[in-house]
Amino acid sequence: MTTSGSRSILICSGKGGVGKTTLTANLGIALARQGMRTAVLDADFGLRNLDLLLGLENRIVYTAQEVLAESCRLDQALVKHKQEPNLALLPAGNPRMLEWLKPEDMERIVALLRESFDIVLIDCPAGIEDGFKNAAAAAEEAIVITTPEVSAVRDADRVIGLLNTRGIKPIQLVINRVRPKMMANQEMLAVDDVTDILALPLLGLVLEDEQVIVSTNRGEPLTLNGSQSPAAQAYSNIARRVCGEEVPLIDPAKVRRGLRAKLGRLMQTKIF
Amino acid sequence: MTLRDFVNKLLGRQPASATTARERLQLVLAHDRSDLNPELLEQMRREILEVVSRYVEIDLEEGDVSLETEDRVTALVANLPIKRAKAVPQPAAEPAPADEAEPAPTSEASDPIWTASQA
Repeated sequence: MTTSGSRSILICSGKGGVGKTTLTANLGIALARQGMRTAVLDADFGLRNLDLLLGLENRIVYTAQEVLAESCRLDQALVKHKQEPNLALLPAGNPRMLEWLKPEDMERIVALLRESFDIVLIDCPAGIEDGFKNAAAAAEEAIVITTPEVSAVRDADRVIGLLNTRGIKPIQLVINRVRPKMMANQEMLAVDDVTDILALPLLGLVLEDEQVIVSTNRGEPLTLNGSQSPAAQAYSNIARRVCGEEVPLIDPAKVRRGLRAKLGRLMQTKIF
Repeated sequence: MTLRDFVNKLLGRQPASATTARERLQLVLAHDRSDLNPELLEQMRREILEVVSRYVEIDLEEGDVSLETEDRVTALVANLPIKRAKAVPQPAAEPAPADEAEPAPTSEASDPIWTASQA
């Protein structure tokens, strides 16, 4: 990997369904809006979905498979986003690719992408098997996404261990689907619990937000239209932090107002 | 312990589930990270107790050997209350290091990795 200045970032979680692809789509759009030439690579060849979340599913002609087989050029396979031309998707190939795909193949694709993009986001499949190993081979940095639930945190821990042994750094953490009310009632792991256990720097907190589902239905990531919903703001702030800007993190305890919220905060006081 | 945990305790309620979640996670991750399954840990515990009890009489009820983890570093922590020293240690080979032992992986030197307290 020689392309200087260009970055390759793996988006992974271990557990499925915690928000890898949603983060990749929204972060990709937000980075592109900041003027970064951004490529998103769907490395989930078995169960691809990044095209769907970006609303690009009908415009796919070629995929990573044809690029690797050299039956098309890279720019022919890339799907440019119409509203956000700084963003391009390299779609995942046929699931049968999994039979022969090797880490070196992913390295080749990402090296190609880095020649023409400032940032390459790699949407990693769930699990820690071959799909993960292939995707991780091509990444220099990683963002681990988890939710404040025991199973997601445990799986994230396994993935962080594997990323560490591969020398991938920095590894940063995004906590998704945070519910301030449950945290205040101590019925959900606190942000500090998760960061203490996983011992990673926090890149962002995304509040539970129904608008995420709405935007998924439409195939229009929240960051695309300057939405002011909590998740949209969180994704935009994550993008700014990825670019090195210092943006303060939101405090889940301060999201809620009123007497009950105050009581909740009081009850969280550590007494010994 | 938070104020809520304290109030729950006073009222005889279960602790808030986040507290339970944190404790369960810390335990399961210590095992995940060390790759030791419970049977192996149990076997190791028995052997450690056996070795230590050659030299001192320990309180088997109170004794505890477990894995603890902090900042992605896992340590083997043994807390073995000593009832009394044995008059004649059984194998009189080498002097046993009674207070300090090697932690599982690395850890800060000041950590009380091996605690043998007088009961």
